[in-house]
Amino acid sequence: MIWNEKYECMDPQELKNIQLERLRNVVNYVYEKVPFYKNRLNTYGVHWKDIKSLSDIKKLPFTTKEDLRDNYPFGLFARPLNEMKEIHVSSGTTGNPTVVGYTREDIELWMEVMARAIACAGGNPGDMIQIAYGYGLFTGGLGFHYGALKMELTIIPTSSGQTKRQLKLMQDFKPRILACTPSYALYMVDEAKEMGMEPKNSSWEIGIFGAEPWSDSIRKEIEEIWNMTALDVYGLSEIIGPGVAQECSYKDGLHIFWDVFYPEVINPETGEEVKEGEDGELVITTLTKIGMPLLRYRTRDIVSIKYDRCKCGRTSPRISKIKGRTDDMIVVRGINVFPSQIEHVLLGIEGTQPHYQIIVDRKAHSLDELEIWVEVEEKIFSDEVKKLEELQEKIKKEIESVLGIIIKVKLVEPKTIERSMGKAKRVIDKRQL
Amino acid sequence: MKLKQISVFLENKKGRLHEVCDILGKNDINIRALTIAESEDFGVLRMIVNKPEQTLEILREKGFVVRFSDTVAVEVEDKPGGLAEVLKVLRENDINVEYMYGFVEKKADKALVVFRFDEPDKVVNVLKENGIGILEELEGL
Repeated sequence: MIWNEKYECMDPQELKNIQLERLRNVVNYVYEKVPFYKNRLNTYGVHWKDIKSLSDIKKLPFTTKEDLRDNYPFGLFARPLNEMKEIHVSSGTTGNPTVVGYTREDIELWMEVMARAIACAGGNPGDMIQIAYGYGLFTGGLGFHYGALKMELTIIPTSSGQTKRQLKLMQDFKPRILACTPSYALYMVDEAKEMGMEPKNSSWEIGIFGAEPWSDSIRKEIEEIWNMTALDVYGLSEIIGPGVAQECSYKDGLHIFWDVFYPEVINPETGEEVKEGEDGELVITTLTKIGMPLLRYRTRDIVSIKYDRCKCGRTSPRISKIKGRTDDMIVVRGINVFPSQIEHVLLGIEGTQPHYQIIVDRKAHSLDELEIWVEVEEKIFSDEVKKLEELQEKIKKEIESVLGIIIKVKLVEPKTIERSMGKAKRVIDKRQL
Repeated sequence: MKLKQISVFLENKKGRLHEVCDILGKNDINIRALTIAESEDFGVLRMIVNKPEQTLEILREKGFVVRFSDTVAVEVEDKPGGLAEVLKVLRENDINVEYMYGFVEKKADKALVVFRFDEPDKVVNVLKENGIGILEELEGL
C-alpha cells in the first residue's frame, strides 16, 4: 500500500512548489533560531529571500558532521531543551558523539516517514512486525517502533541479540515482517538450523534491512534462505534515523521522501551537482523539522539518483543502494566506526604510537568481526607477557567502550602494517558486501 | 652482578625465531641461555648472549622491538634439591620470582639459572648473604 498518496504520488511540479516554500521557511527559521546558522548564512551573504527557485539551494552553505561535533551537545537545536522529547546519540569521528534532538512534531514526522517506509516495503495495518534493530540511543529500533505504531501494526520489540529467543518468538507468534540489519538476518540462519528449524518455513514474508551497506547478492541469499522479500531502508540519525528512503517491491532504488527531505547528489570535491544517474555524495536538507533542522547536510554516502517514474506509482526520485563513503567511516554490525576514534584511544594510552590497522571481516552467516592490529613499539614493550596482555586488554576495553561493540586486539611487530607513500592503510575490509 | 637479558617481541609466525638466531649467528653472537614466553598471538624471546649491547643494536636495526632487563644468574647445586635450596632463601626473604630459566652450559658442578625479579639489586645482596653464588661475568663460560 501507499501510506500517504497525496505526497508520495504528487505531481512533481506541484511538489516542487511545496519544496520551495518549505525551503524558504526553513532557511528563515534556522536563521532566526540557531546562532550557528545565523553566522554562517551571514558569512555566505545569503538570506531566505535569495531563494527564489529550488536551484538557489546551491547558494546555501553545507552542514557537516564536524559542525555537529563543534556545536556539541545542543548547539544546533532550534528549540529550547525542554521542548525536545527525545535525544539520540551516534558515534562521532573523534571524542564527542553526534547528538540529535526531536520535538513532538519531529517524532510525528518520524512516525509518518517510517509508516511510509513500512508500507512501501509491503506492510499493512494489522500485520505483526518483529523489530530486531537495537532499541536505545541507536535510532534503528525506536524509528521502526514509531512507524509501526502509527501504522497500527502489532509490534514485537525484541531489539537486537538473544537470537534463540528471537527465533522462538518468530516461530510461536508468526510475525509477517522482520526489521534488522542484513548481516543479522544471515547470522540467524545457523542458529535456526541448530534449533531444528527449517528457515524456508519462517513466518517472515518481508524483511526491511538497513543500517549497513549490503549488495544484491546478499539480498538473493537472504531471500532464498528465509523465503522472504528483502528490501533496503536508508536513513541517518542526523536527518531523522531510518525513514529517509525505502525500497519498494520493484527493487529499483530507494524512494526518498522528498517532500520533507530534499536530496542533492554532488561531486564531493567540487560541491557541484552531478548529472542524474552519476555517482556522488548524497546531501539532504530537512524541509520540515523543528528541533534540529539541517541545511544541505553532507551524508558522506555515495549514491546515484534517478527521477524517472517507478512502476509502484510513487513519483519520488530513487537513490541507489549506498555505493561507498567519501570519508573513511566503516559500518560494523550497524554501528558507525571511524578510524579516528580508534586512533584517539591509542593516543590516550600512554606510550602507544598510533601505528594500527583495522581489519573487518565477515565469515559466512556470522556477524562482522573487527580486529585491530597495533604495532608494538619499544616504549610499550615488556619482557613480561603478562604486561603485554594487560596492555592488549586495556586497548580492547577502551576501544570497546568508545565504539560499543566487541572487538579483538592483536599486538604485532613493527612495520607489519603496510605503508603506502609513508601513510598506513588504516582499514582492510574483507567483507563481501 | 646483574646480567643484561635481551627480550625480543615476536609474532607467532613461521620462521621468526630462525630469523633472529640467523642474524645472531652471522654476527658471531653466542646465545648462552634462552626461553620463550608466549600468548595466543605473540611471544617474547628472552636470552642471555655474550655481546648484549651489540645484539641489541643489530636487532633494532633489523626492525625488531627489543629491550634490556636486569636478571641474575644464580649458581645452583647440580643435585636433587639444589634449586629448592635457592628458592627457599628467596621465599624466606619475601622475594617474588617473575620468571626463570636455565643456562645451556654448566659451570663445574653448578647449574646456572637466570632469574628475573622486581628488585634485582636487593636480591643480589640477599643471595650473597646466604652464601649462594651468582655469576659475576660471562667471559669465564
